[in-house]
Amino acid sequence: MKKVMEGSLGVANAVRLCKPQMIAAYPITPQTHIVEGLAKMVADGNLDCHYVNVESEHSAASVTLGAAAAGVRVFTASSSQGIMLMAEVIFNIGSIRLPIVMVCVNRALSFPINIWNDQQDSFAVRDAGWIQLYAEDNQEATDMIFQAYRLAEDHRVSMPVMVCLDGFILSHAFEPLDLPEQAQVEEYLPPYKPIVKLDPENPLTMGVMGGPEVYMEMRKSVQDAMIDAMPVIEEVADEFKKMFGRGSAGLMEEYRMDDAELVILSMGSVLGTVKEVVDERREKGEKIGVLKLRCYRPFPVEQLRSALAGIPKVAVLEKDISLGYEGALFTDLKAALYNTENAPKISGFIAGLGGRDITRKTINDLIDMAKSGAEGTTFLDTAKEIAYLGGVQ
Amino acid sequence: MTQATEKRELFSPGHTACSGCGQSLAARLVLEAAGPDIVIANNTGCLEVFTTRAPMSSWGVPWIHSLFENSAALASGIDVALRAQGNDHTKVLAFGGDGGTADISFGALSGMLERGHDVLYVCFDNEAYMNTGIQRSGLTPFCGSTTTSPAGKKSMGKHEYKKDMPAIVAAHHIPYVATACVSYPRDLQRKVKKALSICGPKYLQVLVPCPLGWYHKPEETYKVGKLAVETGIYPLFEIENGEVTRVQKIKEKVPVEEYLKIQRRFKQLFASEEGKEDIKKIQEYADRNIEHYGLMADPVGAAKNE
Repeated sequence: MKKVMEGSLGVANAVRLCKPQMIAAYPITPQTHIVEGLAKMVADGNLDCHYVNVESEHSAASVTLGAAAAGVRVFTASSSQGIMLMAEVIFNIGSIRLPIVMVCVNRALSFPINIWNDQQDSFAVRDAGWIQLYAEDNQEATDMIFQAYRLAEDHRVSMPVMVCLDGFILSHAFEPLDLPEQAQVEEYLPPYKPIVKLDPENPLTMGVMGGPEVYMEMRKSVQDAMIDAMPVIEEVADEFKKMFGRGSAGLMEEYRMDDAELVILSMGSVLGTVKEVVDERREKGEKIGVLKLRCYRPFPVEQLRSALAGIPKVAVLEKDISLGYEGALFTDLKAALYNTENAPKISGFIAGLGGRDITRKTINDLIDMAKSGAEGTTFLDTAKEIAYLGGVQ
Repeated sequence: MTQATEKRELFSPGHTACSGCGQSLAARLVLEAAGPDIVIANNTGCLEVFTTRAPMSSWGVPWIHSLFENSAALASGIDVALRAQGNDHTKVLAFGGDGGTADISFGALSGMLERGHDVLYVCFDNEAYMNTGIQRSGLTPFCGSTTTSPAGKKSMGKHEYKKDMPAIVAAHHIPYVATACVSYPRDLQRKVKKALSICGPKYLQVLVPCPLGWYHKPEETYKVGKLAVETGIYPLFEIENGEVTRVQKIKEKVPVEEYLKIQRRFKQLFASEEGKEDIKKIQEYADRNIEHYGLMADPVGAAKNE
């Protein structure tokens, strides 16, 4: 049964249904409503879980790491500067391969300090060895939580998963949400069985020092695990769809791509607006489609190649930038399609940084520019020049 | 020694610690007193590096290292996870060096103490960042020469006094805070056992002389530690629920020069008039410790005469 609720509360309820035994939390906007919701559930006796109020995001991630290493299902969440402060631990968790699930409620990075949405924070830790999934709407964000635990804890995967949802646009939006029953969740998500854990009966040294003679092999084994996770990402999404009757494909989803001459590739909540504009332009006879990328890491190179084979033009729309170069997704897609036959012409578009609205007009402008073969990277909706040298008078 | 059953080695030899390393000896003593039903979270530092070079490990107990500054947070998570699984017997220990404890993980340690986790935090205090090559930490003593607080024409070494970590930790109103020294092994092991018999956060700061960084002879580790205590420079005490309950008494006070002169990190103090003034300050520091903690033993028979 659908109930209208805030996105953050939907996510919190999904976490509750997954029955984590430990939650470590530290406040940061716009993630806070999720951990507040969970704190209340624990306080009201609706979730039997140890709730640890830590003194920093660094410790939120570290307490989570310690608890997961000791063998329990855990949860944490953060945003923006919190992800930056956690970054050191996030890289640790990825390479020690603990099946931790965290939510990143996407928010811009300082400077200027800005609490609104873009995706720079999770992009900044894309190389850490975490599976990164991006939600288009709150139902998907909620459903992703179940899939994330199932995926992380699958012994073929054993990798951490970061569920990313756009700050405010999703986290603070009220939508009708369908939450599954506890029994259904338990059928989909079996109890957590760690492959290894800190146990006095079976002593194990975790987090060792690895010199040049072993380091590369240890890193490569993480890379292999990330690549090998791709079919399982598809599998858990397919099984979710089978069991719950909704949801999208695991790695990516095609929308009106038949006969398309231009495809817009993007991630997250902006896809709703993109699809709407594409519908309108399709009605006018324009052959435009949308490719929703749901999984950014591992990057589904083969799947992107086959989805975009024979498409003349691709426009990448993203809310991040590698300062000094271009949008990271734009770079990644170009690299994935390089040296393929009839590779499409690819244009890069950056929009919505620091919470700037991405409107129908933004998407229409993008389509017009992409159709006329825009070169390189275009910043959309930058109305006027603002010189910013660290301060204002 | 009379035990017939085969005992698992909790802390195996064959690691790569320097000869005369006070920390490796202290770690072994702590494990002997605490193990085997324990889990250890270890900060980055000498102890982690010299015991875990893959594929080897010295640890016969479950042990985890993550970062320089998060052993207290890891231990918090392990504590919660064990209790969540119904395990109320396994003890959790967090290890860190002095820099890893008093500087970079100050917040994580404070958080662990404030939240009341059932963890014994052991700070192995060798008074500088030895793993990275002898740099100044918050626990480096006054006038200690390190590579980042070097003695020179215009400097006698570190300009500031040692951060009073036990007092800071005690201000969290935790049940047990103690200092120890590797030269007093039975005292150290008694404190570990006592700490582990208490529920809640405990803090033990152990002085571990470092021949590499203190520039003393490797065979003098024991002697250097002993002198740190007998001069009053490193008072050994226990604070239970805010009250000092026990101290290691000094039978005969040793002048601080005896401690300073056998470590080349202090040699600049003996080369100038200015240095001699600083030695006086160090003597005053030791005397303040002796007075504050009541370290002087009563004369023989004094108790009877009262």
